[in-house]
Amino acid sequence: MFAYYLRLAFKSIKRNPILSALMITAIALGIGASMTTITVNYLMSANPIPHKSEQLFYVQLDSWSPHEPANEPNEPPDQITWTDATNLMQNKTAFRQTAMASSGGVVEPEGQDQKPFMASIRLAFSDFFPMFDVPFLYGSGWNAESDDKRELVAVISKATNDKVFGGGNSVGKTIRVVGENFRVIGVLDEWVLAPRFYDVTTGAFNETEEIFMPFYLKQDLELTNGGNTNCWKSPEGEGFQAFLQSECVNYQMWAELPTDADKAEFMDFLNSYVMEQKALGRFPRELNNRLSDVMEWMEIEEVVADDAQIMMWLSFMFLLVCLLNTIGLLLAKFTGKASEIGLRRAVGASRTDLFIQHLVETACIGIAGGLLGLGLAFLGLEGIKTLYGEFVQNLVGLDVTMVISALLLALVSSILAGMYPTWRACNIAPASQLKSQ
Amino acid sequence: MNSSKWEIGPIFRALMRNKVGAVLIAIQIAVTMTIVVNSIFIILERAELMKRDSGIDEANSFYLTTTGFATDFNAQSTTTEDLEAIRNTPGVLDAIQINAIPTSGSGWSMSFQTEAGEGLEDEGAAVYMIDENGLNTLDIELIAGENFTPSDIRWRAPGSPDWPETVIITKALSESLFPDENWQFALGKTIFISSNQPMIVKGIVDKIQAPWVGWSDLEHTVLVPEKTLFNSNRYFIRAEPGQRDAIMPEIEEMLASSNKGRIIRGMRTVEETRERSYRSDAAMIKILSTVMVILTIVTGLGIVGLASFSVNRRKKQIGTRRALGASQSAIVRYFMLENFLISTVGVVLGAGLTIGLNVLLVNMFSLPALDWYFVPAGMLVLWLVGQIAVFGPAKKAANIPPAMATRTV
Repeated sequence: MFAYYLRLAFKSIKRNPILSALMITAIALGIGASMTTITVNYLMSANPIPHKSEQLFYVQLDSWSPHEPANEPNEPPDQITWTDATNLMQNKTAFRQTAMASSGGVVEPEGQDQKPFMASIRLAFSDFFPMFDVPFLYGSGWNAESDDKRELVAVISKATNDKVFGGGNSVGKTIRVVGENFRVIGVLDEWVLAPRFYDVTTGAFNETEEIFMPFYLKQDLELTNGGNTNCWKSPEGEGFQAFLQSECVNYQMWAELPTDADKAEFMDFLNSYVMEQKALGRFPRELNNRLSDVMEWMEIEEVVADDAQIMMWLSFMFLLVCLLNTIGLLLAKFTGKASEIGLRRAVGASRTDLFIQHLVETACIGIAGGLLGLGLAFLGLEGIKTLYGEFVQNLVGLDVTMVISALLLALVSSILAGMYPTWRACNIAPASQLKSQ
Repeated sequence: MNSSKWEIGPIFRALMRNKVGAVLIAIQIAVTMTIVVNSIFIILERAELMKRDSGIDEANSFYLTTTGFATDFNAQSTTTEDLEAIRNTPGVLDAIQINAIPTSGSGWSMSFQTEAGEGLEDEGAAVYMIDENGLNTLDIELIAGENFTPSDIRWRAPGSPDWPETVIITKALSESLFPDENWQFALGKTIFISSNQPMIVKGIVDKIQAPWVGWSDLEHTVLVPEKTLFNSNRYFIRAEPGQRDAIMPEIEEMLASSNKGRIIRGMRTVEETRERSYRSDAAMIKILSTVMVILTIVTGLGIVGLASFSVNRRKKQIGTRRALGASQSAIVRYFMLENFLISTVGVVLGAGLTIGLNVLLVNMFSLPALDWYFVPAGMLVLWLVGQIAVFGPAKKAANIPPAMATRTV
């Protein structure tokens, strides 16, 4: 029976080629536009570390000015000071924790034919690597001892390893960065994060760094400040060390807290730390410390661009128009078939039969529209890539989930659109149609 | 108006007999109008943003960063030699060392106030560190006071917390700092940077934008007489008209070979920087325009489809009317009027939805509120789209011969 309906559907679609093409195109356009924007939003809001995103917490301390909040209405700054970063790292209260900073420096490869180049640097503690599941190709991260002894050890990215050492296992070799000789202790595998959740203060979709080294080296080697530096009062005194001791925020901190109890305990620790600091004359604002897990932090930092969301809502409305269009056209089409339906009813087809028959026809149109829409979504994503340039590379791929959802969306919406016209068609009284014949 | 001549009554009654089709078209028109009007509004707003002038000679300028890494790297002598060499290169109009680039998205900001002390009212402003060639290199106009002299210029060491004694500010900042006075008032006054360090306003310039194109106080900018002694320093170079692309590789090559203890990186034209900063706005404009056009076509085709269908269904009645003496124009008028009635319901509903969506966008994404005249303009456009779309089918209906009345369909 299904095959028969399918044949009838194709016949009917072929009978009004223009009307059918119009319906398929309308559905395709609606699906294409929606899938393009949904994909961008879906990838922007993707959980970059799903299995432990609820155990990783971003630390915020309100060390800001007594006269105004860092951000309205009463938000603490999105980074912390050097003083607080180093103090908090003295007490290893959490299961794992790392303060971080971004920086940059010149790498001087050994060969004469290779030019020195500027590399991005992430300063972190040893826990950084296990906390964020950093993938290693060779070697490993450094240990806590290297942190405290401020050893010149470095973990380098795969690209840096290829560039400086021509690939291969370079663990134990020496790499010259910011004028110092570092021992390579680990080489990372490809590490693409979208968003790069561990530091989104300068944009969520930057690449992971080229070189990683112990945090305290910032002080010893006087490394430059990467990212944003915000101060509510000027440093007291001249020079690099005075700047480090100032109230300027340029550092991030994460803690891994597996249970709610751990989280509560860590929060208590933060609060009591701030109270101690208040006694020393710092932290003039009321107690306002925050712990946000990965997805909460992405939300606070508004990782999903407003434009992407606006476009998604507009494209849903676009899909709505396309579906209304389809409903109208189907209505027209099925009403035009009134006499045929009347005839089929008269010779014995039940209402259910007719209902199924027309639903099959609608579904065919829907699937055709969905497939075409998928093609359009692909084009749409290519278009977005051209318009926005390289930094959206990781945000414009269609995966299997998206392909299946596109087809399902097309099928479901077209069947919904076909519901009313089909119902109307089946309620045609056979006698009235046969009379006029 | 004689309504019987226009047949509004019969059209309306006929519509009521087939409500669903009409309602579908009306909703389609309403939603289309909502999207189109809000899109046009967003497009115009973004276009307005992109039109703003940064105040500098964008077309002929470029910049680059030099990063020293050698242990014997001397920022002061390198900068002095580099600037000398760059300024003497044929094709170069002028060059300076600068700490940040307008429209680039990264730079320094400081707070300024008219009285010393913490917690007082202040204005944020972007800081550009330049020398006495700055105004000429950036191509900004001094509208009051004086330019820096070579003796004003000092060298800034890394981590230094203090500021020079003089400053040049923009007209916009002057007006914000002294809201009750005219813009010349600031000249010669002392203003305070980061709460309590005094600086004397030596000059006022017409306009130069801060680096952050999304910032609300985009023209709050100060120029200070300093050159930096950092490891990484930036040069801003203004070429003679038409020479920029030719001298860029030349300058890069010259700097790279003159001192092996540093690298030259991030060389980019100001035009490209601007394009990057506004790229998402440009993309939004293109995407929304495309969506708008396609959507209008879809809605138009939907109207054509439904109208054709309703013409086909009523062939016999149309033939009868023609046989009874209705002119062709009467038939055309019938369908046009029918569409006009449906569209009217659509655009009235659309006006409500348009404002509703705008209110949502204002609340959720802090977009500005829609100007009122966008709504009637949108209504007019959608009315027109409906009338154009229905004209073809109506014309076809008018061509149905009166003899149709005698045939069975």
